[in-house]
Amino acid sequence: MAVKEISIGDIGARAAAADEEFKGDEMVINMGPSHPATHGVLRLKVEVNGETVKACDPIIGYLHRGDEKIAENMTYNQFIPYTDRLDYIGPIHNNVTFAIAVERLAKLEVPPRCQAIRVICCELARLQSHLLGAGVYGMDTGALTVFMYTFTQREKLYTLMEQLTGARFTTSYTRIGGLARDIPEGWLGHVRKVVDEMEPVLDEIDALLSRNRIFYDRTVGVGVITKEDAIAYGLTGPCLRASGVPLDLRKDKPYCGYEQYDFDVPIGTNGDSYDRWLVRLEEMRQSIRIIKQAIDKMPDGPFYAEEAKKIFAPPKKKILTSMEELIQNFMIVTEGPQMPPGEVYFEAENPKGALGFYIVSRGGGVPYRLKIRSPSFCNLSIVPKIMPGHMIADIPVILGSLDFVMGECDR
Amino acid sequence: MATKVLERKPLSLAERSYLPQIVGGLKITMRNMLKPPVTLEYPDERPEIPVGYRGVPTLVRDPNGREKCVSCQLCEFVCPPKAIRITPGEIPEDAETAHVEKAPKEFEINMLRCIYCGLCQEVCPEEAIFLQDIYSVTGYTREEFAFKKEKLYELGGTLPDKHFKWDKKKAAEEHGNPHH
Repeated sequence: MAVKEISIGDIGARAAAADEEFKGDEMVINMGPSHPATHGVLRLKVEVNGETVKACDPIIGYLHRGDEKIAENMTYNQFIPYTDRLDYIGPIHNNVTFAIAVERLAKLEVPPRCQAIRVICCELARLQSHLLGAGVYGMDTGALTVFMYTFTQREKLYTLMEQLTGARFTTSYTRIGGLARDIPEGWLGHVRKVVDEMEPVLDEIDALLSRNRIFYDRTVGVGVITKEDAIAYGLTGPCLRASGVPLDLRKDKPYCGYEQYDFDVPIGTNGDSYDRWLVRLEEMRQSIRIIKQAIDKMPDGPFYAEEAKKIFAPPKKKILTSMEELIQNFMIVTEGPQMPPGEVYFEAENPKGALGFYIVSRGGGVPYRLKIRSPSFCNLSIVPKIMPGHMIADIPVILGSLDFVMGECDR
Repeated sequence: MATKVLERKPLSLAERSYLPQIVGGLKITMRNMLKPPVTLEYPDERPEIPVGYRGVPTLVRDPNGREKCVSCQLCEFVCPPKAIRITPGEIPEDAETAHVEKAPKEFEINMLRCIYCGLCQEVCPEEAIFLQDIYSVTGYTREEFAFKKEKLYELGGTLPDKHFKWDKKKAAEEHGNPHH
């Protein structure tokens, strides 16, 4: 029996095509948009024959806020709180990526101390994201304990973020040309303590799941992405590396001084869900390595680009005592940090993959156009390709292994 | 380029029997069970709030009791979700702080819109608005969440002032040097 299904998202061409697409004995079921196994407001239209998935169509856009259009109506610094809400699992990395993109536009170099702090922030964000990814992945395969252990560690990272930025979740830490504030006293010691405590926990998670037969059987050979497919669909991040492509922007196009740090890029061999688990686990260990090196080498000096008079606001003490700086403060806030005309595309290795910002400037403090290339959106595009042939119970496993976040996908 | 290929071995016979995993898993669980709890009994125990926490935005007075805001409206301008609304007002000429000239007649922060980003505190040229350590805001109606001037000053209290810039200006004017 043909099933025709119309919903607000599908009116139009999709609804007309639904009759054509889903014909025969198959049943169409909806997963989501508020289903716990879909990791956010993602809706999957799944065509099943018994338990076997015949087709799977992700329907996105439930979390669309129009971030790109919003950006055209505000200054560069005002947009930073909005970047928190892209990949909200590791928000501080989005802040850093956006700040570097705008700094590339302004051809502005930030001092080494600022870069080192940003590197620590980025790697903490990667840990945050992968800890959640690993924990929820365990939960999707039925191992609830791992989630508890990873979230205990994530909580400590939230406390670090709270001390550094003043907020646990929506960090808004970077500014164009620097940071919102310097690191508080003793913070690096806290970071070192937290990452030291995290290492044995990673081994515990590894011991709990990696050689566990239930987990092994559920993930090995499930959701295999070949090298060619991964490249053709524009996958980035751990999903691409699990398929055996050693692309890591931190190595290939170093930014933020990543070339100074010694770390390995883990790659998988088969490109299945199990490989994606292994890659994430190893990336966390490498992140800890980078953080330790960055703490050891933390340079002194200013945390903002001092020469950028039209970009970074003057220090508060000067604003309160001197007329020139007061006027400058008003100018930077109302006009925005002054950018030259031109365009720039910058992408950085976010926890989920390559997050890119394409900015067109016509001069002044407001972008003319800002395009966000979100890794989750591209990684999700492979779902219709890899789902068919699997069982319904494999859907959460594959989704969990892709580790996307809808805030970034829908933006 | 340092890449690390993650090889994997097929499960051994012992691992396929699942028994070593049960023993190993239970060992880890027992070890974690004996650790002290990591959770807080929330309303009774409160988390430690670090210095510089971005909680509820408040207005502050200087140690002399003068309201520091001069209603320049820079925070209203910069606020990304447009949560702040200011109506500027004049300070009457016979007042002690008449040389400051302006103060807000009305100052409203809509806490349902506020995203606690801290940009208002960052741009304020008078250090008049501060995000303090209040982190739980509750209420029954929408109106309760539109914090008015009185409520904001009540939450903010008095903070120490390092500069006393308006007092210095007044002193300079009295000494015949208006361009201090």
